[in-house]
Amino acid sequence: MNKRLVAFEKIGIAFDGRVLLESIDMTISEGEIVTLIGPNGSGKSTLIRTLLGLQEATSGKVVRHKTLRIGYMPQKLHIDPTLPLTVKHFLALVRGVDKRQILPTLEKVGIGHLLQSQVHVLSGGETQRVLLARALLNKPNLLVLDEPVQGVDVNGQVELYNLIESIRNELNCGVLMVSHDLHLVMAKTDTVVCINQHVCCSGSPQHVTGHPAYQALFGVPGADESIAIYAHQHDHVHDEHGSILADEGDAHAHDHSHCHHH
Amino acid sequence: MLDLLLRALLGGLGVASVAGPLGAFVVWRRMAYFGDTLAHSALLGVALGFLFDINLNLAIIVLCVGLALVLVTLQKKHIIATDTLLGILAHSALSLGLVAVSFLDNIRIDLMAYLFGDLLAISQTDVYWIYSGGLAVITLLVIFWKPLLAVTVNEELAKVEGYPVEAIRLLLMLLVALVIAVAMKIVGVLLITSLMIIPAATARKLSQTPVQMASIASVIGCLSVCGGLWASYRWDTPTGPSVVVCAAMLFLVAYTLPFKRLR
Repeated sequence: MNKRLVAFEKIGIAFDGRVLLESIDMTISEGEIVTLIGPNGSGKSTLIRTLLGLQEATSGKVVRHKTLRIGYMPQKLHIDPTLPLTVKHFLALVRGVDKRQILPTLEKVGIGHLLQSQVHVLSGGETQRVLLARALLNKPNLLVLDEPVQGVDVNGQVELYNLIESIRNELNCGVLMVSHDLHLVMAKTDTVVCINQHVCCSGSPQHVTGHPAYQALFGVPGADESIAIYAHQHDHVHDEHGSILADEGDAHAHDHSHCHHH
Repeated sequence: MLDLLLRALLGGLGVASVAGPLGAFVVWRRMAYFGDTLAHSALLGVALGFLFDINLNLAIIVLCVGLALVLVTLQKKHIIATDTLLGILAHSALSLGLVAVSFLDNIRIDLMAYLFGDLLAISQTDVYWIYSGGLAVITLLVIFWKPLLAVTVNEELAKVEGYPVEAIRLLLMLLVALVIAVAMKIVGVLLITSLMIIPAATARKLSQTPVQMASIASVIGCLSVCGGLWASYRWDTPTGPSVVVCAAMLFLVAYTLPFKRLR
């Protein structure tokens, strides 16, 4: 039995009277890949910021295993261009890092040749890999990845997901990933949690994609639909849910009736 | 005369050596205006120091750190945009300092020396202050270099990895306040920030790592002090502004001459 690393218990967050998250229950165990999906503004990033200790929960609590050690990969990296910094120096900033591990870790994520490059000249995919290396250097048993494939083309995305899976297999660490949609990440995920302020539905990818609450947010996935069409639908739904708050409230009421499948 | 020049040179070099590395942090963290605000408030520190008869350097440090804390608190409350807030505090503090100085009738203060610096009026005690303050700054910078840099590069990553982010930020403010206190004699409250950021900005062009940039900034600051002092001696120009003009000229040279841009 793999040990449970993190349990969210009835997490609620409100900011200036606006409810960002309510009553979130979720667990992540060793060796498990959990993908958090939901439209823009659904509270995905807020939830992981709570786990990271960057955001206080208004109610509920996060139960962390005493051995929990997080490797965090932020959505993007902005380093002021006035700060000259090579990849090597960036990675050496990890607290208590063993400097001999820097090159092997870079090689593990496939960019050993970038050791002496300046961080400002990296491509989107290279930056994501550097951030992944930094997360790994913290010797984590839980990787927290906030939209790890952002700014990466489709081929690159597949490669990155493969890499994340192989790292999970090698380290048997838990992985909590935030993603916009399920299309590419599906095959690599054990559990999907779909949130939109609250948990709409969760379970295996097959279970979730067949779920009415998921389909209400992301549309009905067809087996032979092309990625382009799928992505288009997805964007469309974002706009509706991002801009009209009153509708979101209605959607909640509707979604609740389908909620809490495990 | 030679004694006077030597003392000025020693003091100036001491200040430039610490202002360089700290200036690099000011540039990286985009704190230039913040530094300015603290520097402007230093005059108020001088006035209060005279008023309560406490050591001027100490008064300046306490006031700068106090103001930095007020600033951070106000910033968190999002009352008004940060640059506006800094503008309000900088000029209110400076004006308050000028007003406070005018109340000190029984003490004659050379206001120009405090505003623009007077390298040639530097005393033996001042040199001791500069070197002990400077040594403290450099020691702290060396000890806390990695956490300071980690927090500068990305605060969230640093926090997740367990760095005490708040404490490190406070340390940086304390260091800026210390440098302002020791540098005031040399370039004055109005020009202190320039001695921090101009050499650091010049060093950016010539460096590939943070350590390189910090050390090159020190060297460039020292060159500016030498040049400014020489100009001041040669043409009888005001020393503080001469040092700054010299630093600005070095900046122009670095960015116009076709050095290989190291990136």
